[in-house]
Amino acid sequence: MMQTTQNSRDAIFGAIRSALKRSGPLPDARRAELDANVPQHTRPAQDENLLERFIRKFESRAGTVQHIASRAEIPAAVEAYRANMNLPHRAAVGAALKDLIWPADWQVHHNRAGTEELLSVSLCIAAIAETGSLMLGASADSPTTHNFVPDDHVVVLEAASIVGYFEEAWAILRQRSEGMPRATNIISGPSRTADVEQTIQLGAHGPRRVHVLIVAA
Amino acid sequence: MEIRSKEFKSRAVFAIHDASLQQAMGKARDGFVGKRAQQAAELPEFEALREEAKNLKNHILENLDHYLERYEDAVKRAGGHVHWARDAQEARAVILDICKRVNAKTVTKGKSMVSEEIDLNEALIEHGMEVVETDLGEYIIQLANEPPSHIIAPAVHKTKNQVSDLFEAAHGGPRKTEVADLVNEARQVLREKYFRADVGITGGNFLIAETGSSMIVTNEGNGDLTQTLAKVHIVTSGIERVVPTLDDATLFLRLLARSATGQETETYTTISTGPRRATDLDGPEEYHVVLVDNGRSKMLAGHFRDMLRCIRCGACMNHCPVYGSVGGHAYGWVYPGPMGSVLTPLIKGLDNAYDLPNACTLNGRCASVCPVKIPLPDLLRELRHLQHQQELSPVMQRRALKAWRFVATRPKLYHAGEWIAVRVLKLLGRKGSIRRLPFAQAWTDVRDLPTPEGQTFLQRWQAQRGK
Repeated sequence: MMQTTQNSRDAIFGAIRSALKRSGPLPDARRAELDANVPQHTRPAQDENLLERFIRKFESRAGTVQHIASRAEIPAAVEAYRANMNLPHRAAVGAALKDLIWPADWQVHHNRAGTEELLSVSLCIAAIAETGSLMLGASADSPTTHNFVPDDHVVVLEAASIVGYFEEAWAILRQRSEGMPRATNIISGPSRTADVEQTIQLGAHGPRRVHVLIVAA
Repeated sequence: MEIRSKEFKSRAVFAIHDASLQQAMGKARDGFVGKRAQQAAELPEFEALREEAKNLKNHILENLDHYLERYEDAVKRAGGHVHWARDAQEARAVILDICKRVNAKTVTKGKSMVSEEIDLNEALIEHGMEVVETDLGEYIIQLANEPPSHIIAPAVHKTKNQVSDLFEAAHGGPRKTEVADLVNEARQVLREKYFRADVGITGGNFLIAETGSSMIVTNEGNGDLTQTLAKVHIVTSGIERVVPTLDDATLFLRLLARSATGQETETYTTISTGPRRATDLDGPEEYHVVLVDNGRSKMLAGHFRDMLRCIRCGACMNHCPVYGSVGGHAYGWVYPGPMGSVLTPLIKGLDNAYDLPNACTLNGRCASVCPVKIPLPDLLRELRHLQHQQELSPVMQRRALKAWRFVATRPKLYHAGEWIAVRVLKLLGRKGSIRRLPFAQAWTDVRDLPTPEGQTFLQRWQAQRGK
């Protein structure tokens, strides 16, 4: 099989180059030029405070937000949310929030989420004001299953980590010493579908609700 | 799926008389068109972005080999595998090979039009695997044993009532009739499949050369559960989907959701880079990308390179009066509507899809909404030209065109013919219209021809000028 795909690879590159009227790869100088190119595409104008824009956009897609004064207030805010939603005393919490003091009668774990999990709490890398989206990265501190399996997803967002545009969020990823996360999830509200007669229905496969705790800068 | 584009005419007639289909299509048409128009109006930069996107795609295609090599290197650096497939058969063989090696029993799938193009499901099922489509629309049509009728809303032709019937038959009762209950039932059934899956297959909206990542956009989150929970993640994608950097992908993201569903953004944009890392708690152990040519490098060479800019948003079909009347199944293969009428003959052969380029009024709405400015009517006209050159068009049509050319290049003869025709037509007319016209019954069967006044255009023009 490896041999076959190698032959196919050569054939495809041959066909592409002949279509482009070239006999081989581009000259090295041209390749270096292409590699060095930094794209400058048009970004839709924004004239709003980043936090306000993030909230307006995120809420427009059925997401909810709540302001808290400090990181230490996270457990109490999550407990209030849990009680309000009438969920069991249990949550999958990203290890990034391990150091917080969670209610004593809670079952808290930091492992991946299974189907029995109804509530998860994650720390996001950043938020993007342009579309009102959260950016989460897979790691031991933030398993991807927390973002998709439970019915209720609570995401902690540091107000200072809101950026204006996608391009600024990519810059944050490029600066990480560990490189790109295995999975980078840009999340813009609860899961939804319109596959039955164009009727919008929340909670298709992913979370039914996404609640953001915004920690003041 | 077997191509049935030769049956376009009979399937179109059938579709027009299908009350459920017409009901479903009516609802869809209004929603898609209105929402897209609103998004375009709310973004002052929309037209500038379309122009930039067109230019960027052209640049990528001009340097496609370079960006594919960079992408391949980056995937390998991230611990993933890249496979190359010249055609559908090779693509199926590569994927089957991976599935068999890991002894796959259950394969879950996120939405992938390339997997439809290569007939993947049938091949996996033939080898004893359970294949589960997880996009709700794809799941519905899998239960109905039908191909998708739209590239982003595969079950757009189904009414709620039909979905209720399908779910009741597949899941057992009690029958659900509310959208919320139907969605919830599918959610419960599919959750169990995600967790059981050995292999998860998704498409790739964009392949990022900079990072070796694949990017998918979904609203449901099914693609994410598919690729996170299976032991092996396989991405199927066309070779034209590579983009240089994350910033370049962003340009297309700003156009894709707005053009497709009329949303500012889809709910989930996911960037996948290689398999699970040593410290990760979840994610696939293997990450594979299968890059499919299947006619694309051939398109790169000729008149149809513009078609490779397509980002599969579906705006062209949402705005097409022919698609809106007959739905996607009439087109007889995987890609319907204007983009499908270009792709199907190019991938499956001009003679296998004769009617598709001709089932177009050349009204131009598709080109006016295309986010990457593909001149779809020009490409369809070019296909007609090729069909004529290869003598695939009907003999009578070619003779008629020849006769017309003979007359049209002789103005005196032409004007004399016109003069006779308007007088004959005037005699045929009753109460201002002609109900039946010899040799043009297909046209007059469904409409009347207004009776000419008795003078040709040129005569009236000269009379006016004389005043």
